[in-house]
Amino acid sequence: MLKTFSIGGIHPAANKLSAGSAIQALPVPEVVKVPVAQHIGAPAQPVVAKGDSVKVGQLIAQSAGFVSANVHSPVSGVVDKIEDFVDGNGYRKMAIVIKVEGDEWLESIDRSADIKREITLEPADIVKKIGEMGLVGMGGATFPSHVKLSVPQGKVCDALIINGVECEPYLTSDHRLMLEKGEEILIGVSILMKALNVAKAYVGIENNKPDAIDHLTRLAASFSGITIQPLALRYPQGGEKQLIDACIGRQIPSGKLPIDVGAVVQNVGTAYAVYEAVQKNKPLIERVVCVTGKTLARPSNFLVRIGTPVEKVIEAAGGVPDDCGKVIGGGPMMGRAFTHLDVPVIKGTSGILLMSKAESQRAEPSNCIRCAKCVSVCPMGLEPFLLAKVSAKGLLDRAEAEHIMDCIECGSCSFTCPSNRPLLDYIRLGKGKVGAILRARAAAAKK
Amino acid sequence: MNVVLITVIVLALLGGVASIILYFVAQKFKVFEDPKIGEVEAVLPGANCGGCGFPGCHGLAEALSKADDISGMGCPVGGAEVMSKVAAILGKEVAASAPKVAVVRCNGTCANRPRLLNYDGARSCAIQSAHFAGETGCSFGCLGCGDCVSACTFGALGMDPETGLPVVDGDKCVACGACVKACPKGIIELRNKGPKDRRIWVSCVNKDKGAVARKACSAACIGCGKCAKECAFGAITVENNVAYIDFTKCKMCRKCVAACPTHAIHELNFPPRKAEPAEAAPEARN
Repeated sequence: MLKTFSIGGIHPAANKLSAGSAIQALPVPEVVKVPVAQHIGAPAQPVVAKGDSVKVGQLIAQSAGFVSANVHSPVSGVVDKIEDFVDGNGYRKMAIVIKVEGDEWLESIDRSADIKREITLEPADIVKKIGEMGLVGMGGATFPSHVKLSVPQGKVCDALIINGVECEPYLTSDHRLMLEKGEEILIGVSILMKALNVAKAYVGIENNKPDAIDHLTRLAASFSGITIQPLALRYPQGGEKQLIDACIGRQIPSGKLPIDVGAVVQNVGTAYAVYEAVQKNKPLIERVVCVTGKTLARPSNFLVRIGTPVEKVIEAAGGVPDDCGKVIGGGPMMGRAFTHLDVPVIKGTSGILLMSKAESQRAEPSNCIRCAKCVSVCPMGLEPFLLAKVSAKGLLDRAEAEHIMDCIECGSCSFTCPSNRPLLDYIRLGKGKVGAILRARAAAAKK
Repeated sequence: MNVVLITVIVLALLGGVASIILYFVAQKFKVFEDPKIGEVEAVLPGANCGGCGFPGCHGLAEALSKADDISGMGCPVGGAEVMSKVAAILGKEVAASAPKVAVVRCNGTCANRPRLLNYDGARSCAIQSAHFAGETGCSFGCLGCGDCVSACTFGALGMDPETGLPVVDGDKCVACGACVKACPKGIIELRNKGPKDRRIWVSCVNKDKGAVARKACSAACIGCGKCAKECAFGAITVENNVAYIDFTKCKMCRKCVAACPTHAIHELNFPPRKAEPAEAAPEARN
């Protein structure tokens, strides 16, 4: 019996339409828009001005604090303007707009195809390098990677977990990356192991990707300490807490972090970016984006420069189909619909999903029938119907007592609800309010 | 018979003992409360709306009785009338404050502001605004899910199905401010009720540059500043591409209303204008 996490979970239709299409490099667009806030934490501060010439890989925005990340130019050209643009959610956000001229890379970047296995840097230097190169979690959460690798004093990390689960339906970018860049990923994993000073790493892969499991298992034989862990199919296995439970059987107590049970989780995409950053000196300037959808002409996986308009990426896959109802950034479970398509691809854009009108529309909600399906599928062991109710009523202390902050917003409850109740919508609302109260309380306690 | 007698005697004894214990306990743990708190609470409306910023009417009564200076506090529901009664009970001075009313600062009706997207999530403005900026091109305007309406405990707000915007019933509104807090876009403002209920306000909060705002909504303030130039009393300021009329300085001349190219400035309860707007202005000042 294959391993998986212990509570809850659902089985949405996988729909991995683009799994068979190899990663193609998308041509560099004429103009790129590079947002300064592509990560969780403080937005980076621009260090270029209008009219400056930049090369590929040049630092254009400096990280503004510990929880923040550098931003590098994904193209060579001239900075056209630094201004606010309308982001995918309709709100304004600052971006550096660069007009592309040629494709001139910084000389320090090793662009050769040679695979470099020898790790020369010391652990502290690796973490520093990862920070410098602007690496963030590539699974979609975009948490700055160097922060996760800086283990707080008094805590010990003894296991590195690599997330190759890709439990979101439709998405295949990690799958393709594992097939095509397997060795680089495993070198990246070894680098991360050295940085964290751990002897064991587990790469969790769901068994709907047998080719990736086979490929990596074969390669892992020549690496020490890396175990490829096939996992049973279940959403949301890619959640940090679920993946740790599935791979090494440790449950994280309420309100604690993975490091509290001695684990650090990184995505396979991040491991690949770590390889490129540390061995090839290449900052995070491009990523694999999966463009998919049932009615899309050619579901594909593209290697896309950061800042490329989503519109261009969709065009390369055959254009927006006529019956398209929603274009979602990320997967169907946790992704967010774009309000318009002139939005740049950012470090966390793992997929672009085009859903048909019929598929994307939410059904009319009706009353809760107390079937408790949401309770049985919640991977955090919460009571979603109750959390939604108390959040809607504004009973925030009750919501806090019911551990609303443990919700990972995976959407399993809304997915499974036979009454189509927007449970997660209300839980998020309550979570936001309770979070604000907790932060205010922490600030008051500090004083 | 005997059984009944014994039962009655036992119960009577139990009751007697318990009452003696309770009497002493009550004496021991007595909490003194200023009797004035009760008196003040009796004149307060008892709606417990929280509009004063205290937890219910009792909270306000307690705060009023304890404070040396009550000029900063007040019941928005009862207004000056109730506060003068409170002042009489407490023997304290109370500053007269002008009655206020909630004003919706958005005129993005379905006709003025075309809908570009379709939101099918939970019907709540707070949730919608957390997801995205809104169904129209304006990221500042009303979302139309009616969080303000459900927040109002006085039935003073309702959604106009034709415009998709909330409408304030000036007679029912007590300016408790619950809707102001409920609106995630900060559209609703408490403004002076004005003489004869006459009010002038800029019905837009869009901070986008003029062209962008105009493209999203034909009734948007484009920050052109014409109204500010027209105003002889310095009541209008334009900041972040949006005009704001300071109701404490406004003399209700209505010149700005006529000057606004997008008709973003609204007037309420004024007599109809004469043919020439310039002549109507001095009349309105009376």
